[in-house]
Amino acid sequence: MLVPGLADKRLVFVTGKGGVGKSTVALALGIAAARRGLRTIVAELSGQARAAETFGVAPAAGQEVPLDGSGLYATSVEMEHALEEYLHERAGRVGDLLTASRAFHAFASATPGMRELMMVGKAWELAQDPRRISGMAPYDLVVVDAPATGHALGALRTPATFADIARVGPIAHQGRAIDVSLRDPAQTAVLAVALPEEMPVTETLALRRRLRETLGLELAGAVVNACLPERIGPRQARTVEDALPSAGGKRVASAALRTALSEHARASEQREQVARLTKGLATPPLELPYLFVETLDPAALDVLADRLEELL
Amino acid sequence: MSVAELLADTQVCVVGGSGGVGKTTTSAAIAAGMAARGLRVAVVTIDPAQRLATALGLDELGNEPHRIEPQRFAEHGLRLAGELWAMTLDPKRTFDELIETLAPDEATREQILANRVYRELSDAIAGSQEFTAVAKLHELAQAGDWDLLVLDTPPSRNALDFLDAPDRLRAFFDGRALQTLLRGGGAGLRLIGRGTGLVLGLLKRVTGAELLSDLSDFFRLLGGLIGGFRERAEQVEALLRAPGTTFLLVTSPEREPIDEAIFFQRRLSAARMRLGGAIVNRVHADELGEDDGALADLPALLEREAGLSPPLAARVAAAFADEHALARRDAANVVHLTERLGAGVPLLRVPLLDGDVHDVEGLVRLQAQLFGSIQHR
Repeated sequence: MLVPGLADKRLVFVTGKGGVGKSTVALALGIAAARRGLRTIVAELSGQARAAETFGVAPAAGQEVPLDGSGLYATSVEMEHALEEYLHERAGRVGDLLTASRAFHAFASATPGMRELMMVGKAWELAQDPRRISGMAPYDLVVVDAPATGHALGALRTPATFADIARVGPIAHQGRAIDVSLRDPAQTAVLAVALPEEMPVTETLALRRRLRETLGLELAGAVVNACLPERIGPRQARTVEDALPSAGGKRVASAALRTALSEHARASEQREQVARLTKGLATPPLELPYLFVETLDPAALDVLADRLEELL
Repeated sequence: MSVAELLADTQVCVVGGSGGVGKTTTSAAIAAGMAARGLRVAVVTIDPAQRLATALGLDELGNEPHRIEPQRFAEHGLRLAGELWAMTLDPKRTFDELIETLAPDEATREQILANRVYRELSDAIAGSQEFTAVAKLHELAQAGDWDLLVLDTPPSRNALDFLDAPDRLRAFFDGRALQTLLRGGGAGLRLIGRGTGLVLGLLKRVTGAELLSDLSDFFRLLGGLIGGFRERAEQVEALLRAPGTTFLLVTSPEREPIDEAIFFQRRLSAARMRLGGAIVNRVHADELGEDDGALADLPALLEREAGLSPPLAARVAAAFADEHALARRDAANVVHLTERLGAGVPLLRVPLLDGDVHDVEGLVRLQAQLFGSIQHR
């Protein structure tokens, strides 16, 4: 398998189709990185604070909160907060004056792409050493819990788009600096998360293509989440099938046989999708096991983090 | 309860839910099922799986519905007594079309479509993708060519994005502060009111003159569409509130999408929109109920009754125990959903099918689950 060496990057964007478990993978990757001794922050761009909630830590908008004592932090990036911070840092008093103006807020929130620009800009800022925001400690690794594929690609392109439209001035300058970092494989990695199903696999392959087109960046790696165990092979499946009639009278026994066959059928179909992804990427993705648990608590995340260490 | 009953008096069915719960395939299966019951149905899909799109012949270009050959379904045992039409929404193109329809004159239209901010960033206008979906729905409803329209809603992390879209977009066009900032007529930067001159001056120092000029052109040009846009947003909302419009919520039995669905219902009822029912996809069948004791004896039972070898019996038993735990989890989540939605909201459970639904055969199977069997709560 291709080892993306994520521990050596500064910024890792975790994206994928809706519902594949991006937040879970981002958080588990953060846990794995922190175990390595990296000062790590998981930055959520969705307006949620799932990392903090999972660890039972009170989230605070725009704040960087420690999740445990291990050097793992989380933050929920908010557009307004990021914008105020940016203006204050770039333009000092002028920035503060703008921030205080209602007209300006209306302007900023109506400007298409401004939200994406600020969110990506904030994630980038977290990865700067020294930090652009004075008094803040730098992180070794920023794991970005990014939006779904299409939106994530759009967001990653925004700094360049703004730089192109603005041509000169602070936004152009800043946009270009961010864009350079995003396109630099030594600093930035994009990690795709998929499920072993038709659509997420297709979307992962499309992401890889579009990432090349829009940023000239190679997909650093792919994670296939929630892979069912292959408990029985094809021959055993036939044995189980043959046993069905004899167990017909026993409700529980026949239910167990049918369930095992159903799981086998789904697992086999998943193998086909993983094979399709492997072929498309020309390298096997990292597979995460399906966790038969009720909720993904820190203990369950540890299991995933064990596997994700391979990507570091 | 079958989907046919839920949609008995419905002309427009909006299928909502969070990402990854099977909204698109459910929408397509609902449309196929209603077409099989004699209706002329059009389904607007957002992002179908490639194989499904190919199977339905949706690969062709065009931002209008086209008729799906009945043969494609007949081959898999579903006779479409009515007609099934389908399209995949192209949000950017729909937004362009909306601008073209609403622009007061040719010159404004050309200027908007040529504006750099519009060209590069219009897909980032908050709520635009969601709004284009309902705008398309409205357009098709106006055309009146179909007995039933089924709308799949755009994928988003948050199902509420869809409901918020008209408001967000209206706020975008309507923004009072923004209007103040840009009031005065004339072109570009000269349209500065006295009080806002300071703000614009400061802004220019941050954005640079060119970006500010492009942006203010952009806002000024779109400002010309406010009247038309407001009217369209009102029509769209009226359509969503119409007695013939039914929302169906799709969810998987996991906690997060279920919580989202509960949230969505609250918002729907606050917006006076009608929730026809909820569909829970991929529910693990509970074969044991609370009779967990049977699990302990299962390996021995499988050896004895089914003649499995001890290692195979152990594996089959382990699979069953794991799946049973999921079935219990699903059942608890569905109970939670039922309690929260209240007795008045019918609930349909679709069992986990072996394998993805990504072709016509799969749609027919899903259709049978949604329409065929009467399921009691």
